[in-house]
Amino acid sequence: MHQQDFFHNAMIYLLAAVISVPVAKRLGFGSVLGYLLAGMIIGPFILGLIGSEGEDVMHFAEFGVVMMLFLIGLELKPNLLWEMRKSIFGLGGLQLVISAVLIGAITMLLGQTLGTGLAVGLMLGLSSTAIVLQTLDEKGLMKQASGQASFSVLLFQDISVVPILALIPLLGASAVSGGSLSHEEVRTIAGLEIKGWVQVALMLLVITGIVLGGLYLVKYVFRIIARTGLREIFTATALLLVIATSLLMDLVGLSPALGAFLSGVVLANNEYRHELEADIEPFKGLLLGLFFISVGASINFGLLTSSPGLIVALLFGLIAVKFLVLFILGRFFGLRGGQNTLFAFALAQGGEFAFVLVAFSQQNGVIDGAVASILLLVVALSMAVTPLLLLLNDKLIFPLVFRSENLREHDTIDESGHPVIIAGFGRFGVVMGRFLIANGIKATILDDNPDNIEVLRKLGFKVYYGDASRADLLASAGAAEAKVIVVAVDEKQQSLKIVDLVQNNYPHLKVLVRSTDMDHTYELLDRKVDGFRRDTFESSLSLGTEVLTHLGYNKYRAHRLAGTFRQHNRKVIRELYIHHGEDEKKYLSEAKKHANELEELLQTENEDASHEQDSSWDISSRREEIQELIRSSSEESN
Amino acid sequence: MKRVCILVFHPLLYKSRINRKLVSAVEEIDGVNLRYMYDLYPDFFIDVKREQEVLLEHDIIVWQHPFYWYSSPSLLKEWIDLVLEHGFAYGRSGRALEGKQIMSAISTGGRREAYLTEEAGKFSIRQLLAPFELTTKLCRMHYLSPFVTHGTHLLDEDGIEEAASNYARVIRALRDEIFSPEEIRKHEYFNDLTL
Repeated sequence: MHQQDFFHNAMIYLLAAVISVPVAKRLGFGSVLGYLLAGMIIGPFILGLIGSEGEDVMHFAEFGVVMMLFLIGLELKPNLLWEMRKSIFGLGGLQLVISAVLIGAITMLLGQTLGTGLAVGLMLGLSSTAIVLQTLDEKGLMKQASGQASFSVLLFQDISVVPILALIPLLGASAVSGGSLSHEEVRTIAGLEIKGWVQVALMLLVITGIVLGGLYLVKYVFRIIARTGLREIFTATALLLVIATSLLMDLVGLSPALGAFLSGVVLANNEYRHELEADIEPFKGLLLGLFFISVGASINFGLLTSSPGLIVALLFGLIAVKFLVLFILGRFFGLRGGQNTLFAFALAQGGEFAFVLVAFSQQNGVIDGAVASILLLVVALSMAVTPLLLLLNDKLIFPLVFRSENLREHDTIDESGHPVIIAGFGRFGVVMGRFLIANGIKATILDDNPDNIEVLRKLGFKVYYGDASRADLLASAGAAEAKVIVVAVDEKQQSLKIVDLVQNNYPHLKVLVRSTDMDHTYELLDRKVDGFRRDTFESSLSLGTEVLTHLGYNKYRAHRLAGTFRQHNRKVIRELYIHHGEDEKKYLSEAKKHANELEELLQTENEDASHEQDSSWDISSRREEIQELIRSSSEESN
Repeated sequence: MKRVCILVFHPLLYKSRINRKLVSAVEEIDGVNLRYMYDLYPDFFIDVKREQEVLLEHDIIVWQHPFYWYSSPSLLKEWIDLVLEHGFAYGRSGRALEGKQIMSAISTGGRREAYLTEEAGKFSIRQLLAPFELTTKLCRMHYLSPFVTHGTHLLDEDGIEEAASNYARVIRALRDEIFSPEEIRKHEYFNDLTL
């Protein structure tokens, strides 16, 4: 490619991304849809700014998927992976087999041969790692049950690309009479033809090499590189590591994405892990963006306009079949309610591997050109509608399913009559929960992080999934009979929403709230809640007391000073609250507001020097008075 | 009508048989202000300024508490140590409490006979309360004869009822200035006055 062409294209891609992604985000669609739209707009069917080279770009950009898997690997420690083996092979395996069989059967009903049917089934059974993980990550769902299940399925699919690639030429042999095509499939490594068992041995050798190298070698290399103090060389080494592993894997016939994932996992316990993450992350993001743009650009709108009915029917058929398979399997594997619909919608599209497999199948004569272009279009469209489906799930289906399913699955009867409800059982709520339970007080706990719930349930806490700012959830948690509700969620807006809800519907319930900042505190004072605490105040003050003791203050004095400060702080907050009403009219940015508040706080604290609580213990004023008395009386007698 | 403030020092009020009844007998009386000190200062971090304001707002102060180890629960000692500041309660310029009346209302397991001083090595309640009496004297206050509920372990419900209604009468009498401090001080206990 000519250099000028390169910069010209780079500019178009970047410009499209820079314009459309922020717009999409602003509209609540997420970045993936933004990139896809950008691709469609600059693609051959709308503006025509990029043409046939889009496909090359897509192949190049597929490397973004490899990097993404490397990063995911970094986040996953090997023991965690071992724990997920059931969902990877059970859920992932069943998903692919059942989807492939169903889709294959439909393909045959539409008049294709068995071989074509199987090939199509397998390639469409795969989902898009790039879209799903990027979207789930952006929504912060990767740590939730649905995210983990999605990840397991995707991981299995990535692994199974290797055997599928091996299978397709065989299907070709049965579908097409000529056996010459399959000859191409004899593996060549470094130009040498190799027998099957040698290849397997080589695969094992490479994998062992990656694992051992990652565990024992890489950290010395990184230590040497880190000592140079040159950041870009560290980045270069990180990139080299990922690229080299992928190439090696590709060479022996394994999926590069799988190789990158494997090396990521091996490095998950490495001391340079965060450094690696930070270095690879921007490359991954840009390459994935590029990949989505090229998917958008590759959509063949010509075919869509010439036979729209067929394409739309196939698109919906594909999504419907995959959705149903995923949904039913999800239920079997313990996904409930909204988590399950999210999981099923997230994985209901075709994936980027389909592009590779379609091309490969066509080479092997398994499918013909007409079928291939229809497949490509349907897969690309299904990827494009995924963000929309997830949006639909968020806005429509999730609330619906949530209402009907969430708490009723659990036995709510034995929960009624608990005197305390704790909304939010994260880092803050959990200490309080332990304290209450240690004293034999029964609490109903609500949290919207399913993973927390899983763990806590194992430990014997009765925790329910759900957003406590929903009226129906509060009702089923027994708000009518409870005496106290503790609002300990992380998020300010959600916290206030819960407070409002409780105060409007359950006026008898005492409301105690974790406050996250001054603004939140003011809002809570507005609402006259029964009690609130700044979540970091006590621990920070207590550590401050320790600072004093290390400076040589005696412990009791430090303790008393902290008490004075605490008492004083309460007064200062009240004082500032009164003035706060006046400031509110000024429209200040959040950050500016925060700075102002800090300034006010410190000023008020300095001006109003606190009353020395312990002055009675200091007898110096008495001593002075007595000495003075003695002096004056002796003067008199003189 | 005098303004009366009862400072209740009981670390386990919800479990107490006597003090809880005493408190509920006086809770509703007009012009009487009850302060549950262990509720106000569970961490012993007494708000000295606030407590001094409270003292200034009232004419008659009552320290109500069980008699622990011939003395008061520790929070009352903390309160005395910190609130009765030099320059506020005593000392050359410390005249804020001058002329106010103050009374101890205590309950004790031992019967009155246990505190008779005929035998050597025994002390009367009044002798044991001497630190409190002297403290208030230094603050130029009138220390009234104490209201004492004796033999609490043996008291039955009727006995407790009687003690409670006596207490209510004492508090009312204080509020309405039925007796002068001099008259009260003639008796060892406030209880000995015929109301």
